[in-house]
Amino acid sequence: MAEYKRPTTQEEFDKNFKLKKPLMNDTEAFYESSRCLFCYDAPCVQACPTSIDIPLFIKQISTKNVEGAAKTIYDSNWLGNACGTVCPTDVLCVGSCVYNHQDVQPLQIGRLQNYATKNVINSDKQLYKPRKDNGKKVAIIGSGPAGIACASELRLLGFEVTIYEAKEKPSGLTVYGIAPYKITNEEVLDEVQYLQNQLGFTIKYSSPISNKAQLELLERTHDAIFLGLGIGATASLKMEGENLENVIGAVEFVEELRMKQHLIEVPNKVIVLGGGNTAMDAASEMARLGAEKVYLAYRRAKEDMGAYSFEYDLAVSAGVEGLFNCSPIEIVGDGTKVTGVKFIKTSTKHGILRPLEDTEFILDCDMVIKATGQAKQKIFTDLIDDLELDRKSRIIVDEKNNQTTNPKYFAGGDIINGGAEVVNAVYDGKLAAKGIHQWLTK
Amino acid sequence: MADLSVNFAGIKAPNPFWLASAPPTNSGYQIIKAFEAGWGGAVWKTLGVPTINVSSRYGAVNYGNTRMAGFNNIELISDRPLVDNLREMEEVKKHFPDHAVIASLMVDTREQWIQIIKDVENAGADGIELNFGCPHGMCERGMGSAVGQDPVVLKTIVEWVMDAAKIPVITKLSPNISHITDPGLAAAQGGTDAISLVNTFKSIVGIDLDSFAPYPVVDGKGSNGGYCGPAVKPIALNMVKELAQHKDINHLPISGIGGIETWRDAVEFILLGATSLQVCTAAMHYGFGIVREMEAGLTKFMDERGYNTIYDFAGKALPNVTEWKNLNLKYNVKAEINEDKCVGCDLCYIACDDGAHQAIALPLDGSRIPSIIEENCVGCNLCSLVCPVEDCITMVRTDDGKEKVTWQELTDKDEIPNTFNDARAGGNGHYVPEPSKALKIK
Ligand SMILES: Cc1cc2nc3c(=O)[nH]c(=O)nc-3n(C[C@H](O)[C@H](O)[C@H](O)COP(=O)(O)OP(=O)(O)OC[C@H]3O[C@@H](n4cnc5c(N)ncnc54)[C@H](O)[C@@H]3O)c2cc1C
Ligand SMILES: Cc1cc2nc3c(=O)[nH]c(=O)nc-3n(C[C@H](O)[C@H](O)[C@H](O)COP(=O)(O)O)c2cc1C
Ligand code: SF4
Ligand code: SF4
Ligand code: SF4
Repeated sequence: MAEYKRPTTQEEFDKNFKLKKPLMNDTEAFYESSRCLFCYDAPCVQACPTSIDIPLFIKQISTKNVEGAAKTIYDSNWLGNACGTVCPTDVLCVGSCVYNHQDVQPLQIGRLQNYATKNVINSDKQLYKPRKDNGKKVAIIGSGPAGIACASELRLLGFEVTIYEAKEKPSGLTVYGIAPYKITNEEVLDEVQYLQNQLGFTIKYSSPISNKAQLELLERTHDAIFLGLGIGATASLKMEGENLENVIGAVEFVEELRMKQHLIEVPNKVIVLGGGNTAMDAASEMARLGAEKVYLAYRRAKEDMGAYSFEYDLAVSAGVEGLFNCSPIEIVGDGTKVTGVKFIKTSTKHGILRPLEDTEFILDCDMVIKATGQAKQKIFTDLIDDLELDRKSRIIVDEKNNQTTNPKYFAGGDIINGGAEVVNAVYDGKLAAKGIHQWLTK
Repeated sequence: MADLSVNFAGIKAPNPFWLASAPPTNSGYQIIKAFEAGWGGAVWKTLGVPTINVSSRYGAVNYGNTRMAGFNNIELISDRPLVDNLREMEEVKKHFPDHAVIASLMVDTREQWIQIIKDVENAGADGIELNFGCPHGMCERGMGSAVGQDPVVLKTIVEWVMDAAKIPVITKLSPNISHITDPGLAAAQGGTDAISLVNTFKSIVGIDLDSFAPYPVVDGKGSNGGYCGPAVKPIALNMVKELAQHKDINHLPISGIGGIETWRDAVEFILLGATSLQVCTAAMHYGFGIVREMEAGLTKFMDERGYNTIYDFAGKALPNVTEWKNLNLKYNVKAEINEDKCVGCDLCYIACDDGAHQAIALPLDGSRIPSIIEENCVGCNLCSLVCPVEDCITMVRTDDGKEKVTWQELTDKDEIPNTFNDARAGGNGHYVPEPSKALKIK
């Protein structure tokens, strides 16, 4: 039985996808901020990929300098608001808060962060002014977190910045990929608009860069180029039946969900294939859409999943059932539509996965979601001369400044790390901007 | 952007945040670390005669989960050799020529004063602070607060010092006295260039219930200590005001000390006339990094209001601190409860019923949301002070602001009430329940 009723209105949708980290009110922020110990060389800061000065901004909230707190956050992280809600804080800042060691509730750092950033976004408070035009131009490909962060920092440093974005909206996977109970579309877009208001970078929508001629033009007309394309569509499983109707990729499903919300079509029985965070998200989301039965099938053991345990717990609490040591071998259908998945049971010995003989079985379903990894942007990266990739097709960069092996190109975000978090992309974007600045002014 | 730099009686510093003479300024190492962290000046730990310190030196008042709301110590002046201090002072000045380094001094005879002033001048000190405040140990030897409490002796020593010193002299006052203006005036008459206050308050922060000895306990005994930290700020603020409003003292710059920990504290001291700020406890609690919050907050406050330097608003609160007899007796506020925010703790009810004016009623429907009985409310603020929810109880003005009369005006017109029967007497119309209403068995 489904835990959630199928949402048919926006209201019902919002109820099922209730935000996990709602905004704090003044009283909550006051009590919570007063608890921070202002640790020296604080572990929470060390755990933040963008090294936000957490004790400082929390102290600023407690002394009612909320704008100052927001400034402290944005000084380190251009998507401070998005990160406050979408970061896996339990394994980052919050997980490192010293209170954990005494079994006291750790500081709710992400929510305090949002308390401050929301305040300035709502009042459209100008915290930054771009430096005087330095006469140099940078093109950014992709307006995901990496691209936006890079653009903001470059504008601050006085560069002219144009972002080329394939889609109609900015923010990349933050708006097309992240689960709706983490952040709303509106909230993501508001933050980008807020940054744009202050810093004035240009985003050209529906402008994919996809051939050599376009790239050469950008190279001629710009002093540097930043690659923030993220990773691509869901990779093929290379399995029989994959092309049947209702066999879809997780990234594509989430995008449809984020755009259509309650208008999306919901199947009865769903099998989600995969063991990463994307699989957890897709399963959770299907459950919240009121699908009658959602299975999460992973070919290895539960402990081997790449997903954070709290993401799995969340999926289970939404009604998802986990199937472990079940490897899909074929997607079965009636010729047009999917009707089930054929699995074989597995065991792992010394890290090697082995199918167990005579254990095949078919699990019925009317939809399969493949959350088994995304394809890399190899076709695109092949267009750029001298651009070296590692063996997992990730762009190789110098970690001091995120410069690629073609010096005119810098890169950051999922395209260099193969798929991490928003906060890593934000860090990369800023680092690359500083790298570009240094490279062009030396 | 606000310019935080100050020129305090000829002592220049990049900002008004100075470390007070205390353990954080015990060595050149600490002071350089502090300047690197953003402090604008430091008053060296008091130098003078040889001393021996005890082990177990500090005690604290914890208020709920707030550590060190008050702090006390039984430490003496520097126990490090004078030559070491002088050598390090010279080195600090070499690295930080533009920061304020002030030598706090405490010696006994005129000859000793003349010698030590020469020593610190040679070491490059930018100014001298006379420690007439230490309320333990040193006073037993006729120094510290023993001087601070005797205006005649204080004036004499200030005269000796003014005679000998070529650099600016700040006289630091002890608050352990009935009228702070007495030593303040003596210092002014002695010719001091500036005044700083407060030093610590004589105190016992607690008694150990096992050994019956006061904290900090030294082998079963203790001594009265010097009290400081956030808990003393209100008393310090009042003393700063007393001097800043005194016509024979207020030509002197004042360095405000006592419980400064946040930007708000700093602004308050400046509004009451201080033009440099000294901090001890906050630096001992959180380390030098705490200055980040103060500096960011002060800068924002000034930018927001268009103040270029702290002199633009120094003393601006002084005209509003007046004597009681000048307050408008027609001004009237009443409490208002925001029912949407109220959590039903009923602390306001019991505070008012037991501790104030029986002007809050509990609901009869068991909802726990109390209401204000307007005609009984005298506008004392108590309920709004105990309410745990931000902005839940607000005090709302009810008079029309057109009428104004003060006790002084009534006195001048001979219109003050002389008997309790007089209709003009206060409290006459106020509702008070019959005593028997409080009986448990009627
Ligand atoms: C399902 C899912 C859930 C996730 N959940 C979380 C989460 O909860 N928390 C978290 O922190 N992270 C999460 N992530 C990861 C996070 O979204 C990414 O790490 C992050 O968005 C990467 O940012 P980016 O800028 O590198 O790339 P992207 O966000 O992918 O942005 C790339 C942008 O480039 C554009 N683009 C691509 N190709 C071209 C082209 N040729 N020309 C022009 N534009 C182009 C794209 O349209 C897109 O706008 C999740 C990811 C997925 C897939
Ligand atoms: C441990 C300790 C030692 C101190 N020693 C001195 C001193 O040597 N000379 C002095 O003038 N004041 C001394 N003080 C007083 C401080 O300089 C300061 O006036 C006082 O602590 C109030 O400021 P605060 O509330 O910020 O701590 C000392 C205070 C403490 C806590
Ligand atoms: S670790 Fe926790 S208590 Fe310490 S500074 Fe960070 S949030 Fe505050
Ligand atoms: S702070 Fe602790 S470790 Fe340091 S001197 Fe004092 S008692 Fe010793
Ligand atoms: S103190 Fe505040 S929260 Fe508590 S009952 Fe009164 S109004 Fe409500």
